[in-house]
Amino acid sequence: MIEFLKRLFQKQGSSATAKERLRLVLMTDHLELAPEMIDSMKRDLVELISRYVEVDRERIDVTFERQDRTLAMLANIPILSVNRPNGNGAVTEAPNPAPAAAPAAESRPAGAPPVRKRKRRKKARSVRANLPSTA
Amino acid sequence: MPVLSDPELVEAQSAGSAQAESEASKASIKLGRAIVLTSGKGGVGKTTTTANLGTALAVRGARVVLIDADVGLRNLDIVLGLESRVRHHLLDVLEDQVDVDEALVADKHTDRLFLLAAAQAREKDDVVTSKMQALVSSLRERFDYVLIDSPAGIELGFKNAVAGADEAIVICTPEVAAVRDVDRVVGLLGNRFRPQLVINRLRPQLVRKGKMLSVEDVNGILRLPLLGVIADEPEIIVTTNRGEPLALRAQTATGAAYHAIAARIAGEDAPVPMPPVSKPGLLERFGSLLGGKRR
Repeated sequence: MIEFLKRLFQKQGSSATAKERLRLVLMTDHLELAPEMIDSMKRDLVELISRYVEVDRERIDVTFERQDRTLAMLANIPILSVNRPNGNGAVTEAPNPAPAAAPAAESRPAGAPPVRKRKRRKKARSVRANLPSTA
Repeated sequence: MPVLSDPELVEAQSAGSAQAESEASKASIKLGRAIVLTSGKGGVGKTTTTANLGTALAVRGARVVLIDADVGLRNLDIVLGLESRVRHHLLDVLEDQVDVDEALVADKHTDRLFLLAAAQAREKDDVVTSKMQALVSSLRERFDYVLIDSPAGIELGFKNAVAGADEAIVICTPEVAAVRDVDRVVGLLGNRFRPQLVINRLRPQLVRKGKMLSVEDVNGILRLPLLGVIADEPEIIVTTNRGEPLALRAQTATGAAYHAIAARIAGEDAPVPMPPVSKPGLLERFGSLLGGKRR
């Protein structure tokens, strides 16, 4: 009985739904309205990944997709070859840590409250030398 | 961005204000402030807010002129109760048919408040942007405030309304569509207008029940300086029916809220009053007794 009454009074308000929809719609709007930001993000992304592997810059494909409750960034980056074999490489090597520009900073997820744009990097398909299957 | 990146507009804009400023410095006049009220979305209360803020500012002793820039859909005269006094309109002035003084309608409730009505039988695109800028510049020399009631939308009508202004107030209701449109408009305005936010039509009761976006929800997303919050009060409908802005009644909660906004516009460090919430009903209290969460 108590449980029933609780449920009756505990309905989640529709404002939460409104807020969630608003957040997603604005992220999508902002991306749509800032193609130059996406370009520079793509550039930075390639720059970063290229430090480790050689990628096919011509065939990079970055898209955004709404999934359930988040906006996902889908990056399809064909890998041509792996530069550095095993060994020490990666950790000690961070020759240019600086130039992660604004978009990179923004893409950090952080659970902080109303971050304007939150992106989840989903996958960079690692395919040797050739086209990956379509995303 | 597009508004300001339009090279013609930017040029005309800087030319207009530079001209105004040089003239002002010649005569050592302190220029009034030109503020555009805009929202993107229609029906959020731009006109009502313009009328009430104009009234509140005038009651405070400022000289105020309201320009209805919604050419083709003249409304501000109705809200102010001045519809029978309008003889000439904005386009008459912009097209040099009449002198601006002939077109200004004195408010009947408040001294120092004047209206320049929109043309009803014309179209927004008939307004020449540079003429609009020149008009606003000249009015700034004579009035403390030039409030420009922008039409809905982000097309030429909006651009013309914005063109002569140097500040913006954006009006938003607690709805997804309104917030989205304000977000877009703020993007178009850029930094130059230092937009400030008025949240209109808030229903505190619904917010408390988790059925409406709250002030924090809205501004958590827009992140603008909050100028004020106006409740969705039946009084506003009644006063609009009568053509007597609610700001004339500073003793009412909503009237006082308009005055608080006016005070903040005038630079006072007045707090932003939140619309009062009436006491929770019996049922609701029973619900919270059971530990009901209302977000």
